[in-house]
Amino acid sequence: MKQTFSEKILSRKAGRSVRAGEVITASPDFYLSHDNSSAIIGEFKKLGLAKVKAPGKIVIILDHIVPASEEKYAQNHKTIREFVRAQGLPHFFDIQHGVCHQVLSESGFALPGRLIMGSDSHTTTYGAYGAFAAGIGRTEMASIWATDEIWLRVPETLRIEFRGAFPRGVFAKDAILKVIGDNGADRANYEAVEFAGPASSSFSLASRMVLANMAAEMGAKNGYFAPDDLTLDWARAHGRGGFEPVSSDPGAAYEAVLDCDLSVLEPQIACPHTVDNVKPVREVEGKPFHQALLGTCTNGRFEDLEVAARILTGRTVHPGIRLLVLPASRAVYLEAMKAGLLEILSEAGGVILNPGCGPCLGAHEGLLAPGEVVVGTSNRNFKGRMGGRDSEIYLASPATVAASALEGKIADPRKYL
Amino acid sequence: MSKGRVWKYGDDVNTDVIYAGRYTYQQLEPAEMAKKAFEDLDPAFASGVKPGDVIVAGKNFGCGSSREQAAACLRYAGVQAVIAKSFSRIYFRNAINLGLAVLQSLDAPDALPSGDEIDIDFEGGRILSGGRVFTFFPLPESVLGIVRAGGLLEWTKKKLATP
Repeated sequence: MKQTFSEKILSRKAGRSVRAGEVITASPDFYLSHDNSSAIIGEFKKLGLAKVKAPGKIVIILDHIVPASEEKYAQNHKTIREFVRAQGLPHFFDIQHGVCHQVLSESGFALPGRLIMGSDSHTTTYGAYGAFAAGIGRTEMASIWATDEIWLRVPETLRIEFRGAFPRGVFAKDAILKVIGDNGADRANYEAVEFAGPASSSFSLASRMVLANMAAEMGAKNGYFAPDDLTLDWARAHGRGGFEPVSSDPGAAYEAVLDCDLSVLEPQIACPHTVDNVKPVREVEGKPFHQALLGTCTNGRFEDLEVAARILTGRTVHPGIRLLVLPASRAVYLEAMKAGLLEILSEAGGVILNPGCGPCLGAHEGLLAPGEVVVGTSNRNFKGRMGGRDSEIYLASPATVAASALEGKIADPRKYL
Repeated sequence: MSKGRVWKYGDDVNTDVIYAGRYTYQQLEPAEMAKKAFEDLDPAFASGVKPGDVIVAGKNFGCGSSREQAAACLRYAGVQAVIAKSFSRIYFRNAINLGLAVLQSLDAPDALPSGDEIDIDFEGGRILSGGRVFTFFPLPESVLGIVRAGGLLEWTKKKLATP
C-alpha cells in the first residue's frame, strides 16, 4: 500500500497500517507547552493525579511574555517553575532561551520521523525537520500529561511542488504568502501539507521553518519536508536521541498537488486583516506606516537578520519608523551579535529586543496605538492582534521589512539587493 | 429540540477576535472571560448575549491561535452551539474538549440572519427556522465518546479509572 508521510508515521505509532480519515490513538515522542503551562497545570490538577505519566517527554519553554511584564505573568512563571521542580521535568527552558519553536528545534528535539504535539498553533514548524508536528489546546495537553496518549485523525495530504530558483530579492516568506494568497487561509484545513518538488531541497533549514510555520495559516494540521542530506546531517550532529526518517511513497494518494514556480515570484505582502489577503509589494508600495518588526518564530533566524543587515548597513531607518528586532532565540542572538549583525541593526536605529514572542501576539511589548500600522515578518495579521483594534498589520519578508523601514513607507526590497 | 437566537458573523472568524491576545495569558474567571468574547469583532456581543444563543458563521471559524479560551468564553457566555460551514481544526478539537457544540452545516449559515429564532435538533442533525429545515453533519463516532463524557477531562478521568 502506497502511503503518504503522515499515513506512514501514524501507522507506525498506531501499530497497524492506516489510511487518511482513520482515527488512531498515539503516544507522541515529545509534547511542547510554553507560558500556557500554568493553565495546563491547573487542568492537570483537576484530574487528581500526583505525577505526570512521562516526564521525559514534556518540553516547557517560557517565551510568550518574557521577562514577565506584570505580577500576574510572574506568578504564572513561578507556578510553572515549581511544577517543573516537583515533577522532576528534565526539559525546562526558562525565559532566557527564546521562542519555543526555535528553541525546541535547535535543541535537537525536532527530528525526522518524530511525533510532536504542542499547545501552540505554530507547532507545525517542526515539519521542516521531517517530524509530524501539530498544535492542540490546553485541556488536551493536560490529558496527554496524564495519559501519554492522544487521538488523531490521519490527515489527507496536500502536496505543493516548488520548482525553479528564487529571483533576486525574493525569499521563502514570499513563496508561502503567495501560496496562501492564491489558495486561501482554509485551503489545507485538517490536512497535512507536504512541501516538495525539485526546488524544495534548495531551501535552507531556516527557510523550511518559515514554510512549515506558515502552514498553520492555511489551516494545516502539520507541514512537512521530506528529510534530505541537509536534514540528516543536521540531525546526526545536533539531534537528541535516535530518529528514523519517514518519507512519502512514490505514488501515494494526495488530495491535490499544487505547482509553484519560484522563478516567476516577486516580493509579496499580506494586507490587513487576513493572512490570505496577499498582494505583490509593488501594489501597496508607498503606504506609510509606524512600526517595523523584524524577527519572530517565522523570520527571526540568522539568515533573516543577515538580509536585513545587508540592506541597512551604513544606513539609518526613516525617522518616523520604530524598528523592533526580535531574534528567535538566544543562540540566534549570539550568532548575530558575533557576526556584527546586531551592531548594524542597532546603528541603523533598531531596538534589539530579547528573544521571545515579543510584540507578535500583542500581550506585553511593542504594542500599536489605534490607527497605527506595522509591517512585520511575523505570521498573523488578525485585527487587533498587536494592539489597538483599529491598528493594521502587514506581513512580509525580512528584506521587504528592512527596505520599508528605511524608506518609511512600504518598499520593494529588490532595489537594495 | 433546543431554542436559540442567532448572532451572525462571516468567514474566517479568528481566535484573536473571539478572545484577544491581551487576555490570553491572564487567568480569568469564567464570568470575566464571557465579557471578553468577540471584543474586537462585535463589541455589542458580550452585553447582548443571552443563554441559549447560537453563533452562525461562514467557513474556517476559529482559525488562528490554539487558545482554547476562544471556545471557553463562548460557552461561559451561554452560547449553546456554533453553526458554521467549516471549523478550523484546533478550534474544533478545543470546542469538543470543552463541551461547546460545534455543528458543521453547509446550508444554514447563508440562510440564517442575525436575530433569527431557531430550533436545533441535536439528535436528528437538523436546524429549524420558520418552517425551513437545514442539516448539519453529526460528529464522528470517535469523538462522541468525549462529548458524552462531558468533555475531555471527564473522559480522561474515566479512562484513568479503567484498569
